[in-house]
Amino acid sequence: MATLTRRDGSPLAPVGGRTTRAATGRRWAGSAARHAILLACSAVFVLPFVWMVVTSLKSNQQVLVYPPEWIPSPVRWRNYLDAFEAAPLLRYAWNTTVICVTSVVGVVISSTVVAYGFSRLEWRGRDALFVVVLASLMLPFQVTLIPLFIIFSRLDWTNTYLPLTVPAFFGNAFYIFLLRQFFLRIPRDYSDAARVEGANELQILWQIIVPLARPAMITVALFQFLFAWNDFLGPLIYISEESRFTLALGLATMRSNLGLSEFGQIMAAATMIVAPVLLIFAVAQRYFIEGIAASGVKG
Amino acid sequence: MAIAQPTSTFALPGADAADRRAALRRRELRRIGTGLLFVSPWLVGALVFQVYPVFASLYYSFHSTTMLKSGTFVGFENYRLLMSDDLFWTSLGNTLYYLGASVLLGTVAALALAMLLNQRLRGMAVYRVVFYVPTIVPLVAVSVIWVWFLHPQYGVLNYVLDLVGLPSPGWFADPAWAMPGLVIVSLWGLGNAMVIYLAGLQDIPVELYEAAALDGASGWERMKSITVPLLTPVILFNVIIGLIHGFQYFVPPYVITGGGPADATLVYSLYLYDTAFQYFKMGYASAMAWVLFVIILIVTGVLLRTSGRWVFYQGGTR
Repeated sequence: MATLTRRDGSPLAPVGGRTTRAATGRRWAGSAARHAILLACSAVFVLPFVWMVVTSLKSNQQVLVYPPEWIPSPVRWRNYLDAFEAAPLLRYAWNTTVICVTSVVGVVISSTVVAYGFSRLEWRGRDALFVVVLASLMLPFQVTLIPLFIIFSRLDWTNTYLPLTVPAFFGNAFYIFLLRQFFLRIPRDYSDAARVEGANELQILWQIIVPLARPAMITVALFQFLFAWNDFLGPLIYISEESRFTLALGLATMRSNLGLSEFGQIMAAATMIVAPVLLIFAVAQRYFIEGIAASGVKG
Repeated sequence: MAIAQPTSTFALPGADAADRRAALRRRELRRIGTGLLFVSPWLVGALVFQVYPVFASLYYSFHSTTMLKSGTFVGFENYRLLMSDDLFWTSLGNTLYYLGASVLLGTVAALALAMLLNQRLRGMAVYRVVFYVPTIVPLVAVSVIWVWFLHPQYGVLNYVLDLVGLPSPGWFADPAWAMPGLVIVSLWGLGNAMVIYLAGLQDIPVELYEAAALDGASGWERMKSITVPLLTPVILFNVIIGLIHGFQYFVPPYVITGGGPADATLVYSLYLYDTAFQYFKMGYASAMAWVLFVIILIVTGVLLRTSGRWVFYQGGTR
């Protein structure tokens, strides 16, 4: 099987001089074909990233060269500095971080408490109300968009981060669902034992459930962080003052302000926005995959 | 915070039935109270950020509301105008085009990739990461990357097409090719669905395959009569998610094409956004939102109703 680990995409040479049974040979060929297809697909998926980074290091002249060149020469690191001049990206990064952190704190606390009420407490009407939680996921954003905008405008919340963060403190249906799934799998005896010892529900939640549910809560925090980092429509509608822009808004503005030959700078900015996301993913990969998988299969 | 303390359940001997019932009811009420207290953040949030807006937008849709004034009651006028609005039909058509193509191709491709990955394959985790990662990239960055990747003159894809002797389309500059371009961009994000399919595949009991192999079923037969049928609930889930997302599709067309060229990528959300936030016609935009809401309800309803014909659940329980 060692030959199968080759990842360079070259056709795998047949194993010479060794007689294998037909079945083994077929399996080997099947596996090789599988790897060939997957490698080709992987290349297609990775290529846009490569093209982004390569372009971010090209001079304005080299950006507009055909056929496309894959090695930047000269390597122009200045694009990254120029990007900071074209738009106050540090400022935007700070703004985005403020929104991200606030909404993550809000969503994790509120969704955990609500999910506890929908899973570890037994009360009449609970499951019927939970169906409403799930149904609310079907509501398209377009329906609430305009009234919310009017409410937040009347409150004078435009050009502040309040419309982007305050709703997070009221729980999020999808995260409530994810956390509830997780809470339901914790044996009931744990809570009952604590109740016998006189613990109240908040103590049970904090001392028993939260430590056990940490992976699910991390998943929720990561999802929300990414959502807030990537969100575009929210900032687009509520933030018009340039000094309060988020990174996503800033990048879109850069793209409409700069010309074709300046795509090096745009790609430098794009790289800087994508990099933190990839970094977080690299560190916390399993929480993503498990969260996504749980949402689909158990749902 | 008033948190219910566990109450003792002993009934005193001699206490009569009415008292016991009253005590029971009190305990029941206290439980409901505690439950509601815990879910109250969501309850309040749903009332303020969802229930009220839903009714408010229905109200606006019957009024000539603009950004500045609440307007007057106009009956079904907004809806009537909508029906004779060419751009409304264009945007609806564009959205359906995008939806059909991206859900169909996305489902097939995500399923195929998941099946390729499902075998005990070396490097499976690496492949999974490669396919998944584009889905977490900010959509604005995705859009900017693809503007450049699909550039008619300097883009990589046209270069490759040129190499193999195929014609190079104008992509986002060509009304006929702009939407296919957006569909390609959407396919870059199929990793989410793929991970869900992969999890679904791993839930299929191995014994089924072993039994089929003993009966001499070929790989194709096993896929056709075990894998796909048992995966249909997951397919249904992903298709519904895809539809709901597709109807709300906004960022890539906004950033990449702005709806052009010649309104070829003016999708529903984009037209709604323009109506509300460029032309400030809040009432008209609210009517658009409600028409969309009803369409989504009908489409998912029909899908769920007819799903009994093609969705199988393990254990025979529907």
